[in-house]
Amino acid sequence: MAQPARLEPTLEARVDDNAVIRLRGVVNRFGTQTVHDGVDLDVRRGEVLGVVGGSGTGKSVLMRTIIGLREPQAGTIEVLGRDTRALDNAEAKELRSHWGVLFQDGALFSSLTVAENIMVPLKEYTNLSPRLMEEVTKVKVTMVGLPVEAGAKYPGQLSGGMRKRAGLARALAMDPAIVFLDEPTAGLDPIGAANFDQLIRSLQQSLGLTVVMVTHDLDSLIAICDRIAVLIDKKVVVGTIPELLKLDHPWIQEYFRGPRARAAFGS
Amino acid sequence: MNLTGSIETRPDGNNLVVAARGTWTLATIGGLDKDVRAISPSSGQTVSIDLQDVGLLDTAGAWVLFRLRERLKSEGFTAEFAHVGGSHEGLFHHIVECEEQPPMNLQKFHPFRRLADRTGYQSYQMWLETKAMLAFFGEMMLTAAGALMRPRRLKFTSIVSHMEQVGINAMPIVGLLTFLVGVVLTFQGADQLRRFGAEIFTVNLLGISFLRETGILMTAIIIAGRSGSAFAAQIGTMKVNEEVDAMRALGINPIELLVLPRTIALILVMPLLGFYADMSGLVGGALMAVISLDLSIGQFLTQLQGAVPMWSFWVGIIKAPVFAFAIALVGCYNGLKVEGSAESVGRMTTRAVVQSIFLVIVIDAIFSVIFSFIGI
Repeated sequence: MAQPARLEPTLEARVDDNAVIRLRGVVNRFGTQTVHDGVDLDVRRGEVLGVVGGSGTGKSVLMRTIIGLREPQAGTIEVLGRDTRALDNAEAKELRSHWGVLFQDGALFSSLTVAENIMVPLKEYTNLSPRLMEEVTKVKVTMVGLPVEAGAKYPGQLSGGMRKRAGLARALAMDPAIVFLDEPTAGLDPIGAANFDQLIRSLQQSLGLTVVMVTHDLDSLIAICDRIAVLIDKKVVVGTIPELLKLDHPWIQEYFRGPRARAAFGS
Repeated sequence: MNLTGSIETRPDGNNLVVAARGTWTLATIGGLDKDVRAISPSSGQTVSIDLQDVGLLDTAGAWVLFRLRERLKSEGFTAEFAHVGGSHEGLFHHIVECEEQPPMNLQKFHPFRRLADRTGYQSYQMWLETKAMLAFFGEMMLTAAGALMRPRRLKFTSIVSHMEQVGINAMPIVGLLTFLVGVVLTFQGADQLRRFGAEIFTVNLLGISFLRETGILMTAIIIAGRSGSAFAAQIGTMKVNEEVDAMRALGINPIELLVLPRTIALILVMPLLGFYADMSGLVGGALMAVISLDLSIGQFLTQLQGAVPMWSFWVGIIKAPVFAFAIALVGCYNGLKVEGSAESVGRMTTRAVVQSIFLVIVIDAIFSVIFSFIGI
């Protein structure tokens, strides 16, 4: 249903091996400082993947590299079976309509209302009549749990939690196959964060989304992530929490066995 | 993969089967929407919306199909979905939730109503703005009075630093621009007055206009653009970083710490800059007079001395501290009004410049009226 609608069938076949995102040997360097040194990562179709790591390990850089906001020094990135670095402009634009991104504080366009923000991608990519566009926008607004009145409001008039929901609505405007979330629950109170987790989970299930989320929130990791990608030693280790716990790496042990983790696991 | 969607209707006994096929996503829905809206069963038919052959379905497609069912129901037909795929049910769940909400009001008013609305709103805002600025003026005066009682509280280092920033650092631009205006004024004056054989009065024109008006007005406008905006941006950025709130929380009055030093510095520096601007303009004028009027420097100075009474100079300089005060007041006021985001800093900085140039010219006009009353 929310699969890429306009990719050619030949490419579909390659997508079907269940990896919608495939990173091989990605290297990111800032000056002399190497952040990623040969990162390999597969994101499977329909999973929720959490990305964790200490400060400065390049979680956001990794996300920005995948969505093409940053050119890596080396390596290949395939999204939905396409090498993102080998696309021409038209193909890159087309591919971008198949993913949605929620930036940390929503990154809503402040001069537009929430409804207009959601319509930006719709206007850019589709030929809907104004009436249908408004109806679709309303579906998105209610889908993320915003009251319909919020549609006419400007981002400045919304609370932080509502801005995130509005940002999510914009990310979902095109019914993308993949959604990237950058710290979706940061800055929310525990109840708001738990609600947002549930929202992501339920949307992921009903829309069949693949979700990649950078997060520090142990509760969200445990509640909604199928697998977790840990950035350590400039590389990525992926696995479920039990699998990761078997690894004998000090950072992983500290992260998943520290006092906060114990509280989150409820043990 | 089928990348087109279609819809067709066929009668089935007393029923009407509406069969949706293929892709129902944002990519195809623009064209399908019209067909769906056109469906109208004849009376008495029971409608079954068959989704068996739907391949891809997204929220937009689900919405259009759902809306068809609701429309038919409201028109009195019995309408139901048939063969909804398991993976599609979740979508309809969201759609139902949406339908239960009242319609979204995006406030598209009639243009005339919007015009009236905005005129009223802006006028009221202007009134509030005037009141707020007067209140700020009062608060500033009280703080200044308090600080002058105990001059130790004034931050002299800060004042001197601001004097450097708004005064010394502004000298190149003020000097260059007023010099050029002096050149232009003399050239144009000489060109016109030559027709009456009165070229020599170009010196009078230059001296009086520059000392009374042009020099100080040019300076004030440059400073409004340069320092008024800087005040707004500096204070505004501190506001965004919550530094101003931190000061208040520590019991420090931000007006005393941020506004007074800037204002005092500007008031002290502006007359000096005005004098400097006058001189630079006269030098420019003298240069042009020597070139185009064939005057010697000595003749120029003699003519100038005869033409310009001392009062002309004071009339110009007397305005300087008032302009300075207005620019500092408006700049700091707009800086403190910044709220929330970086975008607000930009907006308030622009407003500070526009308002301070406006105020400078209004004040200049008021001075002209006063001077003409008392006859100088």
